[in-house]
Amino acid sequence: MARFWAKQLANMAITLFAVSFLVFVLNELSPGDVVRKIIGPYATQDQVERVTQQMGLDRPVLVRYFEWMGNALRGDFGQSLIYKRPVAEVLWDRLGNTLLLAGVCFAIIVPFSVFLGVLAGMRERSWIDRSVSVFSSVCASIPEFAMGVFLLAIFVVGLGWLPGASPLRSGDGWPIWTQLVLPAMVVVLYDSGYLIAMIRTSMVEVMRQPFIRTAVLKGMDFKSVVLRHALRNALIAPFTVILLQINYLVAGLVVVEMVFAYPGFGRMMLEAALAKDIAVIEAGTLVAVFVTMMTQIVGDLGYRALDPRIRL
Amino acid sequence: MTDVLRLENVSIEYTNRKGTMRIVDDVSFHIAPGEALGLVGESGCGKSTLALAAMRYLPRGMRVSKGRILFDGADLATLDDAALRRIRGNRVAMVYQDPMSSLNPVITIGRQLVEVPLLHGETDARKAHERAVRMLHEVRLPDPERMMTRYPHELSGGQQQRVVIAMALMAEPALLIMDEPTTGLDVTIEAAILDLVRELRRRFGTAILFISHNLGTVARICDKIGVLYAGRLVETGPIRSVFGTPAHPYTNGLLAALPRIEAGRTAAPLRPIAGTLQAADRARTGCAFAPRCSFAVPALCEAAPVPLVPADGAGQLARCARLDVVAAAVRGERHAAHGARLAGDEADAPVLLSVRDLSKRYPVGGGLSGGVKGEVRALTDVTLEARARRTLAIVGESGSGKSTLAKVLSGLTEASAGEARLGDFDLGATGIDKRPQDLKRRIQMVFQNPDSTLNPSHTVEHAVMRPLRLLRGLSRSAAKAEAARLLEKVRLPAEMLRRMPHQLSGGQRQRVALARAFAGDPQLVLADEPVSALDVSVQAAIVNLLADLQAASGIALVLISHDLALVRHMADTVAVMYLGRIVEYGPADAVFAPPWHPYTAALLAAVPRPDPDAPEPSIILAGSMPSPLEEMKGCPFASRCPRRIDGLCDTTPPPVRTPAAGHDIACHLDLDTLPATL
Repeated sequence: MARFWAKQLANMAITLFAVSFLVFVLNELSPGDVVRKIIGPYATQDQVERVTQQMGLDRPVLVRYFEWMGNALRGDFGQSLIYKRPVAEVLWDRLGNTLLLAGVCFAIIVPFSVFLGVLAGMRERSWIDRSVSVFSSVCASIPEFAMGVFLLAIFVVGLGWLPGASPLRSGDGWPIWTQLVLPAMVVVLYDSGYLIAMIRTSMVEVMRQPFIRTAVLKGMDFKSVVLRHALRNALIAPFTVILLQINYLVAGLVVVEMVFAYPGFGRMMLEAALAKDIAVIEAGTLVAVFVTMMTQIVGDLGYRALDPRIRL
Repeated sequence: MTDVLRLENVSIEYTNRKGTMRIVDDVSFHIAPGEALGLVGESGCGKSTLALAAMRYLPRGMRVSKGRILFDGADLATLDDAALRRIRGNRVAMVYQDPMSSLNPVITIGRQLVEVPLLHGETDARKAHERAVRMLHEVRLPDPERMMTRYPHELSGGQQQRVVIAMALMAEPALLIMDEPTTGLDVTIEAAILDLVRELRRRFGTAILFISHNLGTVARICDKIGVLYAGRLVETGPIRSVFGTPAHPYTNGLLAALPRIEAGRTAAPLRPIAGTLQAADRARTGCAFAPRCSFAVPALCEAAPVPLVPADGAGQLARCARLDVVAAAVRGERHAAHGARLAGDEADAPVLLSVRDLSKRYPVGGGLSGGVKGEVRALTDVTLEARARRTLAIVGESGSGKSTLAKVLSGLTEASAGEARLGDFDLGATGIDKRPQDLKRRIQMVFQNPDSTLNPSHTVEHAVMRPLRLLRGLSRSAAKAEAARLLEKVRLPAEMLRRMPHQLSGGQRQRVALARAFAGDPQLVLADEPVSALDVSVQAAIVNLLADLQAASGIALVLISHDLALVRHMADTVAVMYLGRIVEYGPADAVFAPPWHPYTAALLAAVPRPDPDAPEPSIILAGSMPSPLEEMKGCPFASRCPRRIDGLCDTTPPPVRTPAAGHDIACHLDLDTLPATL
């Protein structure tokens, strides 16, 4: 086990280093001038050069990269150009907001999808299976922004039950939790649609296995067969995909965050990328990579717990 | 006493969008307490469907459309779910074909076993555990307590099947249903499992419904037998009557199609049953076998349903309208002298392939970082030769190195040491990429499973023409003509050329595979289990075809097979392999006659013979083959050998004994003490 962790940690360090370097270099190569973005299109060439010099942007890429890394290792992620605040402050702020939404969604998505997927897959082609399958494919096939607009039309414009934007400020009369409902609903429906289909397919496959017949012909009732013999086997294949949802929930909610004006991590990354705010991009990327790698480790461990045939 | 299981005129139908098909038609039989009934028949005969019907567990779309299935006198169809659950696993239990997939891979053996008593009234978990341990001991598994904590994948195939049997016997059921319980297991493991079933039957008095395509295994277990064809029971009776005086032409055909281990190389060719089962045959009013039967007379056989009528033997019934004619014809044939096949002399059989001290080792590495951790010794010092016009058979259990040898010869992998000389080439050192086109042409392969060796999206013509164009460089039109000629040679009608593989039956596909193999006019054909995926009646036709093709083309045939009866029928020379080494090698007549290497003797004893009076095997190998990773100091067979001499066999490599010129036995026992009886 110690070896496993040593290997994983070394792996993570190497990956973080490689990714941060790549992002730095790619940012450098992509078109657009940071200084122009900051001081505006009407500044003279002279002013541009002066600011460039002040910010140290005229030095070689490698020098700037290692300077940044040295600071980052000490916990200093620098100053954000667009938010005009320390990167760490912006990052934790936004990450906190996103983790709140992601946590709520994940806590609903997993049990909801496992329940419906197993229910549908345990009796292939039954009416439950058909209904759940239709539901899941409808959910998975409506794009997030379209679903967002539909739900806005119903709950905000039509019924007036919920707020139309979720800036997470309680100033305009809507408690914070009401601002979470719509974004969470969109994410849950969209993401579950996909997961339910995955889990259903896996469950159908498992229910066709001869060992299910063995269990039934032992004299076991159907409910026990499903819970004791099928469930765990049916979760082995979708397990990695379930964990991949964490990555999506943390770093991939850009669309939902845009639709509901939600101050989240994904939107921050988008804004930073458009403005070439390298300090924010770097810090955000490291967080995203860290989350991905952690879910992978958890995935490996969980995989092993589910399936005794797998050794690490 | 009431019968444990009684089927009265049972018909089972399968309905899907295309319509309704009768899977089982008017089948009646009964099994008394303690009795064992065998159901035999080829694929599609409905035997497995009957087994599932007896558990009331028919697949979706199937239903019992007529008749009753009585268990302990109660009609299964009238039972509610709870009553059904009380019977399943408790009064009737099942053992399945593929033990690996019948056990839940993520749950320990112990938990799967204790479930049975806990489902059927036992409340004390400790007692259930003790019972499971006792059962594992009953099925002769080593260290039952530890076995309880292990997962199915940690066990060998034979051990898994023992676990499944233990699970079935946990509640001491009145009836045990075994559906092909030994299919897919090695012959030695099969013998051990059959031996176990016989003993458990004696101890527990369990009635058995034994389903198999293998007449030999049925003969070893059962008192009664039912022969199924196209869902109908065509013959039934006590096992001695049916095997002794088979009445129905189909039963006769099955027995005649079977290669016999007692018969020699010069025996008459096998007699295949003509044709194959067609879907339309199931719907016939009269005899379903009539289209394939040489005795059929339309007026008698096809006009009206044929009833089961008493035949010669006591208690024997057969569904045939021409029993007397069949009986007379069969008697006549039995007395007719068979024309012996001549082996010919050595002069017209020059050595074509000469293998000397061939070894193959695979390094087992520790991935990117670690170096070589060990070696799998897949082949060690293999020496043999194959002659033109002759068949060399390589036999042994799985893991014996048969397939590795075929891989080296066909160029899929290169040997680590030694040589395999074919003409000017050393096959062992020449992987397929290095082989010139002409050498590829000279060596061809026939594989076990024709379904997966023919490209499903290419026509038969394409499959046969490819080697003609590539290896013989024929023009398109010449290849087309040659393909038609080849199809004629493998006795397939020319219209088959346009067909896709999925439109052919298994036997037809294997004929195409043969046509493809012989297309390049090869010198050496490697046939890896060429008929073991086929039904008995089809097997015989392919075996005969292979023999004819060999006689016509003069190829050297290397036959890789676990089926010793088939080997006895086809081989001129036999190499018996164990753990990558040849333990006995020589002319077939010498290898199949004493003195034997102890391993050869065990293999021969294990072969299930289609004869209820065949003696029980006296040697049953325990344990399994050691890992090929281990360094072997002495004889590779020492760990399982019943004649092992401790302190000698496990430390010193065995000397080669030579009972006759060209016959080698690697054993420490001297010639006089080698096994002489089975």
